[in-house]
Amino acid sequence: MLSYIGKRASHSVISVIGLLALVFFLTRLTGDPSSLFLPLDSTLEARQAFAKLHGFDQPIHWQFLDYLRDLINLDFGQSVRQNRSAMEIALEAFPQTLKLAFVAMALAFTLALVAGSIAATRPGGLFDRTVSLVSLTGASAPDFWIAIVGILVFAVSFDLLPTSGTGGISYWIMPIFVLALRPFGLLVQVVRGTMLGALSAPYIKTARAKGLHRKEIVFGHALRNSLLPVITVAGDLTAGLVNGAVIVESVFGWPGIGKLMIDAIIQRDFAVVQSTILVTATAIFILNICIDLLYAVLDPRIRY
Amino acid sequence: MSRFTSPLLTVENLTVEFLSDDAPVRAVNAVSFEVSRGETLVILGESGSGKSVSTSTVMDLIDQPPGDIVSGRITFDGVAIGNLRGEPRRLINGRKIAMIFQDPLAYLNPVYTVGRQIIEIFECHGVASGKAAREQAISLLRRVGIPNPETRIDQYPHQFSGGQRQRVMIAMAIALKPDLLIADEPTTALDVSVQAQILDLLRDLQNETGMALILITHDLEVAASMADRVIVMNRGEIVEAGAAKDVFTAPSHAYTKKLISALPHGDAAENSNKRSTTSSEETVLKVEGLTKEYFFSSGMFGKRQSFLAVNDVNFEVKKGETLGIVGESGSGKSSVARMLLRLAEPTSGKAIFAGEDIFSMNQARLLAFRRKVQMVFQDPYGSMNPRMSVHTIISEPWAIHGDILPKAKWKDRVVELLELVGLKPEHADRYPHQFSGGQRQRIAIARALASEPELIVCDEAVSALDVSIQAQVIDLLADLRTRLGLSYIFITHDLPIVRHFADRIIVMKQGEIVEDGTTSAIFGNPSHPYTRSLLEATPVPKWVAAGA
Repeated sequence: MLSYIGKRASHSVISVIGLLALVFFLTRLTGDPSSLFLPLDSTLEARQAFAKLHGFDQPIHWQFLDYLRDLINLDFGQSVRQNRSAMEIALEAFPQTLKLAFVAMALAFTLALVAGSIAATRPGGLFDRTVSLVSLTGASAPDFWIAIVGILVFAVSFDLLPTSGTGGISYWIMPIFVLALRPFGLLVQVVRGTMLGALSAPYIKTARAKGLHRKEIVFGHALRNSLLPVITVAGDLTAGLVNGAVIVESVFGWPGIGKLMIDAIIQRDFAVVQSTILVTATAIFILNICIDLLYAVLDPRIRY
Repeated sequence: MSRFTSPLLTVENLTVEFLSDDAPVRAVNAVSFEVSRGETLVILGESGSGKSVSTSTVMDLIDQPPGDIVSGRITFDGVAIGNLRGEPRRLINGRKIAMIFQDPLAYLNPVYTVGRQIIEIFECHGVASGKAAREQAISLLRRVGIPNPETRIDQYPHQFSGGQRQRVMIAMAIALKPDLLIADEPTTALDVSVQAQILDLLRDLQNETGMALILITHDLEVAASMADRVIVMNRGEIVEAGAAKDVFTAPSHAYTKKLISALPHGDAAENSNKRSTTSSEETVLKVEGLTKEYFFSSGMFGKRQSFLAVNDVNFEVKKGETLGIVGESGSGKSSVARMLLRLAEPTSGKAIFAGEDIFSMNQARLLAFRRKVQMVFQDPYGSMNPRMSVHTIISEPWAIHGDILPKAKWKDRVVELLELVGLKPEHADRYPHQFSGGQRQRIAIARALASEPELIVCDEAVSALDVSIQAQVIDLLADLRTRLGLSYIFITHDLPIVRHFADRIIVMKQGEIVEDGTTSAIFGNPSHPYTRSLLEATPVPKWVAAGA
């Protein structure tokens, strides 16, 4: 078990380094930061001094080697825009995203389990058809559109909720709802599908022959066996949210890592882009290892 | 039999249909039966005869829809239970009537320990909970013969062997001492020696508690060894019912007669045997020191371990002869077959076919060899490409080996082969799913014959088939052997079948040959204790056992 975690972790480190290399070169393809940071009429000398200060005058492979050397020393670079440690900025924003992601995911997951299970017990029934309609809509509607319409209706027209920013509970409602809608829609479909299979499994017949309560049969026996594919999809969706819900965070002005990332990309603040990617990639690798371990907890036949 | 008083369960005029896109399919038609306390009723029938549907209805295990109980009255202990649902039903299922199923691996929940699955019966019926329930579960496991129940109670179904899983299933069923136990093909998935143990256990439990037992089986020997009374079902209807001895010794209905004549029974097989008469001294295949070692590691970084699946196996097959390889699951018999066809590589050993070692053949020689040696697999459903027509399936060997037959003659030859295996010319354009299991196995044999082989390896080729179909396929194989001078290696776990058909038998256990000899010698005078135990495990009719 421990050796498995060690192996997965070392694989992850290799992947992260590859990812960082890719990001390093791709961000530099977007252009020279000095043309964005310095006034349009600044002199060639000023531009050269700026490039020299941040090391942009070096050949790109030297820049990369410098970057790697700094990484080993846990120096993640300075934000050109804010003039402070890029990692500090990324780590400040990340908890905001995590909070949002986990609340939204927990909500979507719980509701999907209950709704999907009940829908599967009576396929084709009224509840099943209603849930299918809602989940399909949720899974297919573009989130930026839902977000904007939400702001228009609940914030602008009825003045019930704030348009954007952070603060009390009311600031959370719309971002969470918008973020949870798509995972809910997808998960309900997965839960319903695997539950339909599980409910016709032979061991359910045994459970019925034993005279178990219906609730125990559906949630205790069938749902427990349906969880693996659900967890797989939920893990993917969570990774998507942890990655920074770029659009939703931007629309609602949520100071999370997605918004930070998009701002840094637009501003060519390379060190910040690299740091945000490093943080989210690490989080996603940890999440994936956790999901693999969760498999073994859920299914005793899986052992590492 | 006077000890059976008023019936415990009565099923009257039961008719069950299953809704489908076309007309509803009638699975059970006007079936009536009854069973009393302490009595064993065997429902005998081949697959699709409606025997499981009849008893599942008793426990309300048929989903409606697609199931539809058209008519019928089910009375248990004087109360009509046919329409019970919800809480009243819950008080009967598990408590008064319990059921065990054919495949305990599928019927046990894979993600819960066996302990949890037993304990929940006590808990949901409010009998015991917590520590008391656990204690009771442990003693139940001990009662059904699970060693070290204190530790094994916390293990999962996949950690038990097939026979032990069925014991766990039985433990669950008898947890609340039901009045009626329904056993639906409880030993079909098990080896013959394990089958005997499970049947003994059921008999003992019945003697202890006086419960009624309904045993559903397609196995005539199991039926004979357990039954007080028998009902025989065919196509959803009861064709014969009566005391076991009467039904087995003097069947009245044509279908029952056919079934019982298909039984390759004891000494009768000696007289009406299908052994070859033409075997010569010419050796077709000679196997020397065949060994297969599997390596595996426990855990991801665990120690490398090895396991000898086949250990120093030697035998010969003569032209026109059938060699039976008998053994229980895990004995290595299928590994031998797979290696002989080079579907798996041996660790060491030789197999000389036509003067050449199979294992040192290059690709070209191997292609020529594969033409001469064909295989018929156990599962006629899985071993044929569902998207190929019968014509394509049978003619495929000719497409691979270009020199057998010019394309212009394929059509005629397919028709010839179909007729040879007892099918019709028009079957050539159909697809595998349009055939029954027995017909598919005939197609598989036709495919094997297409390349004009000298040796056919049959790996449990008739195990998945109903008895009457088994007999037909065996007859066909015997007939082809005589007409075409074929040799067979016939691998099976079913002793009566080889007795019927093989000239010589080797008995395998744990990868080694423990005994070999002519069929009459093996059956008449087995020398190895394992062979004896296999032979003794074949069930004895209840009326014979009672008389002895």
